[in-house]
Amino acid sequence: MSPLRVEHADVVVVGGGAAGLSAALAVAEAAATAPAGRAPVVALVSKVYPMRSHTVAAEGGAAGVVGDDDSLEQHVADTVAGGAGLCEVGAVRFVVERAAGELWRLERWGMPWSRFDDGQVAVRRFGGMTRPRTWFAADKTGFHLLHTLFQTSLRYAGDDGPIRRYDEHHVLDLVLSADPGDPDAQVRGVVVHDQHRGEPLLIAASAVVLATGGTARAWGTSTNAGIVTGDGTAMAMRAGVALRDAEFLQFHPTGLPGSGILLTEAVRGEGGVLLDANGLRYLADYGLGPETPVGEPVPRQMELGPRDKLSQAFWQADRDGRTIPTADGGVVHLDLRHLGRERIAERLPLVAGLAKRFAGVDPALEPVPVRPTAHYTMGGIRTDARGATALPGLFAAGECASTGLHGANRLGSNSLVETLVVGRAAGESALARAREAGPLGLGRGGSGGHGGAAGAGAGVGPASVDADLVDRAAEVAGGYLAMRGRGSEPPAEIRAELGRVLDADAGIYRDADGLARALAAVEGLRERYADVRVTDTGAVLNTDWATTVELGATLVVAHAAVAAALARTESRGAHQRLDHPGTDTIPVHSLATLASSGSLHITHEPVGSPSRQEEDA
Amino acid sequence: MSGQTVRLEVARQGAGTAEGGARDVFDVPYDERTSVLDALQWVKDHADPTLTFRWSCKMAVCGSCGVMVNGRPVLGCETFVRGYRTTGLVVEPLAHAAVLRDLVVDTDTFVGKLAAVKPWQLPVPTMPDGAVQLPLVSAEPAPRGGQDASHPDPAPGPGEDGLRAVGPASGSVQSPGELAAFKGFAECIDCMLCYAACPQLEVAPDFLGPAVVATARRWDEDSRDDGELDRADLLDTEFGVWPCIQVGACTQVCPKGVDPARALRDAQRVATETWESRQTRTDTPR
Repeated sequence: MSPLRVEHADVVVVGGGAAGLSAALAVAEAAATAPAGRAPVVALVSKVYPMRSHTVAAEGGAAGVVGDDDSLEQHVADTVAGGAGLCEVGAVRFVVERAAGELWRLERWGMPWSRFDDGQVAVRRFGGMTRPRTWFAADKTGFHLLHTLFQTSLRYAGDDGPIRRYDEHHVLDLVLSADPGDPDAQVRGVVVHDQHRGEPLLIAASAVVLATGGTARAWGTSTNAGIVTGDGTAMAMRAGVALRDAEFLQFHPTGLPGSGILLTEAVRGEGGVLLDANGLRYLADYGLGPETPVGEPVPRQMELGPRDKLSQAFWQADRDGRTIPTADGGVVHLDLRHLGRERIAERLPLVAGLAKRFAGVDPALEPVPVRPTAHYTMGGIRTDARGATALPGLFAAGECASTGLHGANRLGSNSLVETLVVGRAAGESALARAREAGPLGLGRGGSGGHGGAAGAGAGVGPASVDADLVDRAAEVAGGYLAMRGRGSEPPAEIRAELGRVLDADAGIYRDADGLARALAAVEGLRERYADVRVTDTGAVLNTDWATTVELGATLVVAHAAVAAALARTESRGAHQRLDHPGTDTIPVHSLATLASSGSLHITHEPVGSPSRQEEDA
Repeated sequence: MSGQTVRLEVARQGAGTAEGGARDVFDVPYDERTSVLDALQWVKDHADPTLTFRWSCKMAVCGSCGVMVNGRPVLGCETFVRGYRTTGLVVEPLAHAAVLRDLVVDTDTFVGKLAAVKPWQLPVPTMPDGAVQLPLVSAEPAPRGGQDASHPDPAPGPGEDGLRAVGPASGSVQSPGELAAFKGFAECIDCMLCYAACPQLEVAPDFLGPAVVATARRWDEDSRDDGELDRADLLDTEFGVWPCIQVGACTQVCPKGVDPARALRDAQRVATETWESRQTRTDTPR
């Protein structure tokens, strides 16, 4: 086997979105105060460039309690109410207590928060929140958050800085000290493919933070970017860590038909209303009333009801023939004409542009056609509030993690703040782990400059790492590289079929027949994937191969989502079973684990179980 | 798709080859909603999986999918094929950047230029850590009272196990006008279309370029930042702001209305106006 390039870091962060950047910045700040010669190094690995990450698409805002008419207790209570019994209250409290602090930290880093006239940070209403506590930057909150974090991180990413960026490096898998499931197994690093040089490398580290985002892109109609493919979630599962509550997928009620492009809930927070084919505010007829005056939104009623309820109301209105038929299925109208052009331009400029560009509608003059679209993965890699998984050295933060904050249904604007709070906590926890575990028996590699994507200079030879580890990493890399130029099943067909299957049978409402059909279909697609065709044999920027590797991850996570949905014979939050409309008295989490054979197992555990207990004990 | 096709000519360049020039031609089915990016993806899915291009969000905010279409830099996701049904499309990599493969161009150089102008708050803010009091701000004035006064779920009072706010306790006051002063420049998505459009990058490839100067000005104009003189030292150099001759192509092609030409004009003025004070500065640059 050809020797593998080996580089070192104290902490590896996989993913350059808000959670990953927050984790990396936490390590970088610790480095600033570390004793001379002991400053930690964090490898920030992104398959794109960090400022391209999907955080960029978050629109509405981030929740944090400020002001004397709100309280931390109320934010906890709202979150727990939205979560329908599946929140881990400790995690909710952890995030809520730190929420405003992290938003202030962003403020001090230069985040362009929208302001009230007196110059204080403005807050807006959001669905499921009983008080206005959502901080925002017009309707591009995620975009500004990501760019503020990324630009701040550049300060630490100079030649001798603590952040070493590996841009356009595709992480293939974790490397462990022993087989997954072995009680002694610990994280030892990641196997990465450098897309520019066209070669694999091992980044050895005793702590890894996964911050790879969700998996909602698996659905055919989705708000999610092309890169949101569940890579980290699948890696954790292959390493023996459980995926928790995978069946809870949030459908955003207002996406553009066809493209699935998100129109933020802030449209409704600002006073936009939803109308059926006859121009009636249909939500009142589906349990979200009483009707509130147009332009005067009331928390948790009508258009500001929880997202799951709004998406369910659409489904019922569609069934009742109250939607407007189009080639993309039924649609309803999102009407914000009464806001006026000026307010739309000030508060909702992105939405106005998206509606014009992608739907050909000027929202100041016409209502915008919308329908629900797959949006957010509530479940994820099972972690505690600080992002620690059951596997020593492995952490997860952001949408890929299940800390228990969101339970069965996320409230809008809780997830952006989670990326900051848990991202930071996971970075700090990972650094503590790295210091405790020691530098894997090696000296500090890389006195020279790193210089970003080229990855030069940080490496020492393979000899300084346990040879077994390098062999194992080389074997993993070799397995993935061998996919090139082989196979017969076109990946695009598998991907499209997966989207159709999930849209049809794992959508807003589910039942046993549909889920059984979806399960068989996904299993079939996984079998076909075993013979997937990678036509491109190139080494550099082989996106045919990279997206096919991603598809493998997506299939595993989608399989778990469908199997867990079939196994949950109740309706709760975002998981609604037509054949099991009731809610069980005692809420339980689902756990999906992957055997070394690749087979999937679903078990359940009570809410409030110890967070570091071993799975499969 | 309605059965109509459009002629799509795509520049091909293998990894590691210095010279481009190769072209492949495809007939791509389209309808009124098919974007250039959709057309490229159709080729990848149905005709040639080796065609290499970047994309991600498909909603014109991630900045990944910039390409030249018939000589003009655009975002592939928000440029629709229907406008080219009679002419056909020639899709090429963004100009003024090294091609890594097909439509993928070097981005490291751009990120390096961005980092060089210190696009972060100066001086670096300090943040008191540890438990702090709840920050108090005036909440949204208008909708208070009225129905909001009767809270549907009264907040439980803090008991012995009460919650405590943790982390930095406050930030700055910034008026909406102060926000507006830099917000336009903060809309830059780093898509590099303005680099492809700028004729000066042809003759001065080391020019910091429109987007980077716009981002530098985004921080300079932020009322919370005090780094204008530091950045002026970085911008007032041969390849800083001075290669700009105010053609304005950058502003014309910007998909986000950022107006980098104004940023460059402002930066040139600031460089001139602060020259003397920068020579006599007593504090050290940060």
